[in-house]
Amino acid sequence: MHEMSLMESVIDIVCETARQHGATRVKSVRLDVGVLSHADPDALLFCYQAVRHGTIAQAATLEINRIPGEGWCLDCAKTVALAERFGGCPDCGRHRVQMTAGDELKIRDMEVI
Amino acid sequence: MCTACGCGTSTIEGHKHESADHVPAHGHHHQINDDGHGQEHQHDHDHDHHLFGDHDHHHTENGSVHYGRGIAGVHVPGMSQERIIQVERDILSKNDAYAVENRRHFERNGILALNFVSSPGSGKTSLLVRTIYDLKDRLAISVIEGDQQTSNDAARIRETGARAIQINTGKGCHLDAHMVGHAAEDLAPESGSALFIENVGNLVCPAAFDLGEAHKVVVLSVTEGEDKPLKYPDMFAAADLMILNKADLLPHLDFNVGLCIANALRVNPRLQTLTVSARTGEGMEAFYAWLEASAASRAARSKEA
Repeated sequence: MHEMSLMESVIDIVCETARQHGATRVKSVRLDVGVLSHADPDALLFCYQAVRHGTIAQAATLEINRIPGEGWCLDCAKTVALAERFGGCPDCGRHRVQMTAGDELKIRDMEVI
Repeated sequence: MCTACGCGTSTIEGHKHESADHVPAHGHHHQINDDGHGQEHQHDHDHDHHLFGDHDHHHTENGSVHYGRGIAGVHVPGMSQERIIQVERDILSKNDAYAVENRRHFERNGILALNFVSSPGSGKTSLLVRTIYDLKDRLAISVIEGDQQTSNDAARIRETGARAIQINTGKGCHLDAHMVGHAAEDLAPESGSALFIENVGNLVCPAAFDLGEAHKVVVLSVTEGEDKPLKYPDMFAAADLMILNKADLLPHLDFNVGLCIANALRVNPRLQTLTVSARTGEGMEAFYAWLEASAASRAARSKEA
């Protein structure tokens, strides 16, 4: 359950950033979480509800944007969709695919009051 | 408790919940995201939505209206942009900042820090104990032990005469860079030595947390199955060296060493692999050679700098 640590980190960064901007409350937070990343969105939401209590983000909604997986296939010389982290190219079936998207684990933006 | 989401009366350590008798009809709304993931809920409080003015779009001189020209430079439906803060930070950026600090400290002092990761029971501690005994006169080694509970492992290491510090993570499933920074400060490994960090036995979570180590070393035992690298690819992708342990049991098993290594190379073509038995000592010299070469190059680099 490293999702708990990830969400603690989200709340830390969000509250710190909100304070730097002179905000008193956080209304919403948006994350980019790639489908090939090592975090599970359901677990992230679950942990989020536990860690936000008692902070200025305690009523903030959480939106998780899923970023689809993409990779560069060296054999086909093009960008292909990637369904699993170390999966093969859907066209040629070979495994010489370098992941280019889908690994994101990022706080995109937030809405404050 | 709200029956739809479970929020309400649950207690979280250190916090009191404000309303004990809340019912779902009191105005919080549930929403399932488009991708079907997760449930998001929102309590309706009376927020002043127009603290920073009542416009959420900009009128330009020629009379056109532009929604993307406020302070945030973006337009998001449903959000007034004066109040959007672009964060654009990695969730792990806090941990990574500590890791950078650790790495700088280790490099400056010529300390070779290795992060040993594996599932529970692969023989990490036995491997470390044997290494410390065998290299007693060749390389100074100190150890940071990570476990949820007990200091059994640190005690086993200390029996060898090496210095060890135990970190208990409690409910935590991994070590993070902040914990390791503090432990390394207390342990103060001497310059030119090796620091072994034995992570919590877990093939999933520790992959994501950089501790500032020079290399992640993943230990896999031959009793575990050749497809572990495919089942837990993140860990094998993050490692620089894979040690296949308990090789003395191979005659009694159907384990296919070649297939296991092929699977590991599929997720990480740069991975180096060694097959050893920490019990009999078979193959350990190869690991010691790798270790001494890494320590020497680390020490040499710190002298140059």
